[in-house]
Amino acid sequence: MATLQSLDIRRRSASTEVPPQIRQSAVEVAKLIDVSKCIGCKACQAACLEWNDLKQPIGYTDGTYNNPTDLTPASWTVMRFTEYEHGDDLEWLIRKDGCMHCDDPGCLKACPAPGAIVQYTNGIVDFVQENCIGCGYCVKGCPFNIPRISKVDRKAYKCSLCSDRVSVGQAPACAKACPTQAIYFGSKDDMIVHAEHRIADLKSRGFKNAGLYNPPGVGGTHVMYVLHYADKPSLYAGLPDDPHISPIVGLWKGALKPISLAVIAFAGVFGFLHYVTKGPNEVSESDDKKADEIAGGRRP
Amino acid sequence: MSEGKIVSRYTTGARINHWITAASLILLALSGLALFHPSLFFLTNLFGGGQATRAIHPWIGVVLLLSFTGLFIRFFSLNLWKPEDTVWMKNLGKVINDQEEGMPELGKYNAGQKLVFWGQSILILLLFCSGLVLWDVYFEDYTTIDQKRLAAVIHALCAIGAILIWIVHVYAVIWVRGTLRAMTRGSVTRGWGFKHHRKWFRQEVGKP
Repeated sequence: MATLQSLDIRRRSASTEVPPQIRQSAVEVAKLIDVSKCIGCKACQAACLEWNDLKQPIGYTDGTYNNPTDLTPASWTVMRFTEYEHGDDLEWLIRKDGCMHCDDPGCLKACPAPGAIVQYTNGIVDFVQENCIGCGYCVKGCPFNIPRISKVDRKAYKCSLCSDRVSVGQAPACAKACPTQAIYFGSKDDMIVHAEHRIADLKSRGFKNAGLYNPPGVGGTHVMYVLHYADKPSLYAGLPDDPHISPIVGLWKGALKPISLAVIAFAGVFGFLHYVTKGPNEVSESDDKKADEIAGGRRP
Repeated sequence: MSEGKIVSRYTTGARINHWITAASLILLALSGLALFHPSLFFLTNLFGGGQATRAIHPWIGVVLLLSFTGLFIRFFSLNLWKPEDTVWMKNLGKVINDQEEGMPELGKYNAGQKLVFWGQSILILLLFCSGLVLWDVYFEDYTTIDQKRLAAVIHALCAIGAILIWIVHVYAVIWVRGTLRAMTRGSVTRGWGFKHHRKWFRQEVGKP
């Protein structure tokens, strides 16, 4: 598919061109996933497969409710079930995993293929598969371990936040399908306000550490969670406590690029200047004569 | 200079081995730089597009490793460090000003050439190992994402190092006249051997 909303692109991978800025009215969107309201029915997973016309091959069970057991090129969202024991209590923490649509997307930063990853002005980070070369750099850039490379076509896939639906004013398929309205969709500002109501309600019911997961290390995200235990996000199947783009990726995709090309260019210029100032290193006639004396009459 | 007054420097086998290495190193640099910096992505067109570049690059790397291993076996004993190499390095300033009078007589390789040899040996080994970690088509499942990140940075740093050494190597050939024919025709003139590698020259002409 071609890039949707070409007037609404904020960032484009591996591109130095200035993005179009004629539209001023972009509203940042967000999906708010209220983990405390999730019943783990997987309607969101089914809706995702249906809307995006994907088919997850029948796999295997690992003895848990996680099915499939991980994100795949076709399964862009999966419910992750965690049995959390504290004291005499057993709680089932069910987190809908998928792309967080970071405001500072590590995948886009790492991607070497122009236009294979774009970020729209509404905050959605989208993979444009026709430009993807299958290098897997997005996997290394992502702080949440989200992109998956297909073994069949070597292209990267992940949740698009239903950018096609959002572009025509619809909510993502998962939000539409959720029977308990654990998934909200709207402007990011509205979602934060809504989360505050939910958090106040949770706190009044004893979850004193309830809070919003909108991690600042990646500039905030356009998929946010309401967590009962916001002080310990990693309880929820390893949700990163403080996600940020790896400093190794930062070096690789930051300073190293211009410095490397500058050093290579300097080496070339140094060689050129050396040649034009010193001239070629030539064998003199006296060297030839002395060589002949050593070699004598021999012709090796 | 009559054609007879030459000294044999490289066998046909060594020359073919060298040029396979050279071609694969240049192709690797072009395809690697294409994926390293966005402003060089256009280089992927030389290889049939981005996907093809991504797919071909590691295979050229395999060719380079095999080919360079051949060069390593041929030349490593001639590249062992000698006391005169330390003297040569201390007088590097004189060398690049073409003032080599009074320098020790050198064997087949000078210290600069030896550093090129050992530098490329180490870097190509590191590039190959880190490259395997990045070769997702076959080895995706054997390493963690953190290891892949580290491999990507090591691969990039080593590649830049190898490209810099390559520039030194190529420039030395351009600057020191009469050198290229060693790799194109297998021989050098007597004067060249006398001037640059006198100890080696004495050995060669002293052979029965």
